[in-house]
Amino acid sequence: MDQDQLFAPPGEAWQQVSRKLVSLRRLVLLVSVTVCTAVVAVVLGLIFGLPAVLIAVGAGLVALVWGLWLIPRNWRAWGYAERLDDLLVTHGVMFRRLTVVPYGRMQFVDVASGPLERRYGLATVQLHTASPATDAKIPGLPAAEAARLRDRLSALGEAQAAGL
Amino acid sequence: MTSAPGSEAEGAKAARVDPTPDHFRRLHPLTPLLRGWAFLAAAIAFGGQDALRSGEMGRFGLTVLAIAIIGMITGLMSWWFTRYGFDGGALRIDSGVLNRRSRRVRLDRLQAVDINRPLAGRLLGVSELRLEVAGGGKAEAPLQYLAVDDAVRLRAELLARAAGIDADTPEAPERVVHEVPLDRLIWSTVLSGAFITGVVFIVGIAIAFLFFRDSNVTFGVLSSMVPGIIAIGAALWAQLGRNFAFVLAESPDGYRIRKGLLDTQHQTVPPGRVQGVAMRQPLLWRGKGWVRLDVDVAGYSGESGEDSQRTSTLLPVATYDEAAEVLRHVLPGTDPLSVPLSYAPRPARWLRPFGWKRLAYGVDEHVVVVREGVLSRAITTVPHAKTQSVRVVQGPLQRRLGLASVAVDTTPGPVDAVIRHRYAAEARTIVEEQAERARLARKADVPEQWMARYRQQSAPAPAGDADGDGPPAASSERDQE
Repeated sequence: MDQDQLFAPPGEAWQQVSRKLVSLRRLVLLVSVTVCTAVVAVVLGLIFGLPAVLIAVGAGLVALVWGLWLIPRNWRAWGYAERLDDLLVTHGVMFRRLTVVPYGRMQFVDVASGPLERRYGLATVQLHTASPATDAKIPGLPAAEAARLRDRLSALGEAQAAGL
Repeated sequence: MTSAPGSEAEGAKAARVDPTPDHFRRLHPLTPLLRGWAFLAAAIAFGGQDALRSGEMGRFGLTVLAIAIIGMITGLMSWWFTRYGFDGGALRIDSGVLNRRSRRVRLDRLQAVDINRPLAGRLLGVSELRLEVAGGGKAEAPLQYLAVDDAVRLRAELLARAAGIDADTPEAPERVVHEVPLDRLIWSTVLSGAFITGVVFIVGIAIAFLFFRDSNVTFGVLSSMVPGIIAIGAALWAQLGRNFAFVLAESPDGYRIRKGLLDTQHQTVPPGRVQGVAMRQPLLWRGKGWVRLDVDVAGYSGESGEDSQRTSTLLPVATYDEAAEVLRHVLPGTDPLSVPLSYAPRPARWLRPFGWKRLAYGVDEHVVVVREGVLSRAITTVPHAKTQSVRVVQGPLQRRLGLASVAVDTTPGPVDAVIRHRYAAEARTIVEEQAERARLARKADVPEQWMARYRQQSAPAPAGDADGDGPPAASSERDQE
C-alpha cells in the first residue's frame, strides 16, 4: 500500500499520457520482434535445421506476448502533474521514478515527434535543466497537449527563472 | 539588477556599430607561433617517417616548408582578424577570416575565470584565459594567447563587471586559506591506488625475474610490462605536477586556486557559483586523516574527464580540520560537517551488507548532506539553492524491502548527492520537502552580480568569517575597495 503512495500524485490525480501510445509501442514491438525472429530463425534453420526454427519462433512468440502484456502496464505508469512551482513526472514499472523539476530551473523544452509518432498524432515533451540527470521526459502526448505544455512550461520557466 | 554605470555609454555605442569597434584588442602576436608549432611538429613527425622509409628527403623538406608557410599565413590571418573587447554587459570576441563570427559572453552568467599557462607559454611570457559560462559544452571562449599582464588585467575587469561594480576596480585583495605542503602532496600521491598498483607490478616483475632468470620468457614479460609502468609513472607525475604548489585563497571575488609545476593554472570562481562539494577519503589516506575536496562548478564539467579532474579539485589533500574550514568558506552560512545526520533504516542492510550503517543524510536550512562509503568515504554537500531537480527511484529489490532512493540533481561534475535506501514514506517526504526548500532557497540566493548586494545592504559583511576580533564592518568594506 505504502509503496503506491510513494509515487502517488500530490493532491489531484496524475494526468495520463495518450492511450494511443500503447498502440504505437505495440506496433513497434510487433515489427521488431517479427523481424528479429525471422532473421534468427533463418540463420539457425540453416545451421541446425527445423527444430531450431521452431525454438526461435517459440521464443519470439513468448517475447511478443510478454511485451504486449507489459506495454499497457508501462503506459499506465506514466503520469505528470503541473503544480504551481514545479512539474512532476513519474514512470517505470520495474524501476519506478518520480521527478520533481522546478520551472525556474528549466533551461529549455524539447518537443519531438518522429514519423511514426506523427501518424498517431503524438509528441514527446522533454524538460532540460542544467543537470543531465534530470529525468523529465513525457512521451505520448497528443500534439495539441504537447504544444500547450511546451508553451506553459516556457512561460513559467521565464517567469520563475533563477540564475545557476 | 543595476548594471555598472560605466558600461552604459559603451553599450549604446556598440549597439549601433556591428563591425568590430576600434578599441577592441588583438591577442598576443606570438599566438600563431604557439598554436601552430604542435601542428607543424606533427606534420614533421608523420612526414618524416614516410621520408625515412622512401628516402626522398628533398621532397619531404619542401613539403614541410610549404606546410609551415601556409600554416604561418593562415595563423597570422586568423590572429589579425580575432579581436576582443567589452560591448555593453558582455565580452565580445570577433573572429574568422571568411566566416566572420561574433560571440558575446554574458558576464552575469560568468561561472569561473581561469588563466592557464602551458610550459611553452610560460617561456614566451603569454597565457591563456578561459571563461566558463554555464550551458556551453566546452569553455566558452579560451582567449589564446594573451600577454600575462593583459590576462591578469582582463580577468580583474571581467570579475569587476560580472560582480556589478566599476570596471576599473583593481584586482581584489586575497587571503591565503590553504597551501598544500610538498611533502604531503608527495605522500598523498604515494598512498594512491595507482601508485600501489605500480609498486605491486614492479615487485611482481622482480619476483618473476628471480624465478626465471635464464629464460627468454622473462625478457618478453619484462618488456611488455614496461609501457604499463611508464603509463602509471606518467599518471602519477601528472597528478603531482598538476597539484604542485597548490594554493587556495579567498577574496571578495570568490575563491582562487593557483597550482601547477610546468603548466600553471589560476582559477577564480566567484561567490555563489559552487554547485556542490564532495569531501572524499580514499582508504589509504585514513591513517593520515587526510581528505580531498571536489567541487561542481557549472561549465567546468562539460570538459573531458582529464580536464574535469584538473578543474574540479578544490583541495587535492588536506587534513580533516583544514578541509572543514574550507568547506565553511565555500558554502557560507553553514557548516555541512555539523549537520545532524539521519541514518538509513535496517532493511538497507540487505542491499548494502557492508556500509549500510554509514549511509546517512542530513539537512539544514542551506544544504543537504549525504554520507556514504565504507572503504573510500565520502560526504557530499549540495546547497538547496543549487538543486536542479529532485528524483525518487525505486528498484524491484527496494520495493520488496519498502525502500527508495532520493537523488538531488546538480550540474554535471564529480559531485552527486543520492540519499540511498530510505523507507518509501520517508523518501516521499524528503522529495516534497527538498523541492520546497530548493524553492525557498532560490529566492534568497546570491544575486548574479554578487557585489551589487553589498551596495544595497546597509550593513555589509563580506567574507564573514568567524574570527571574533575582526574589524568593524565599515572598515572591512573599505579594505576591499
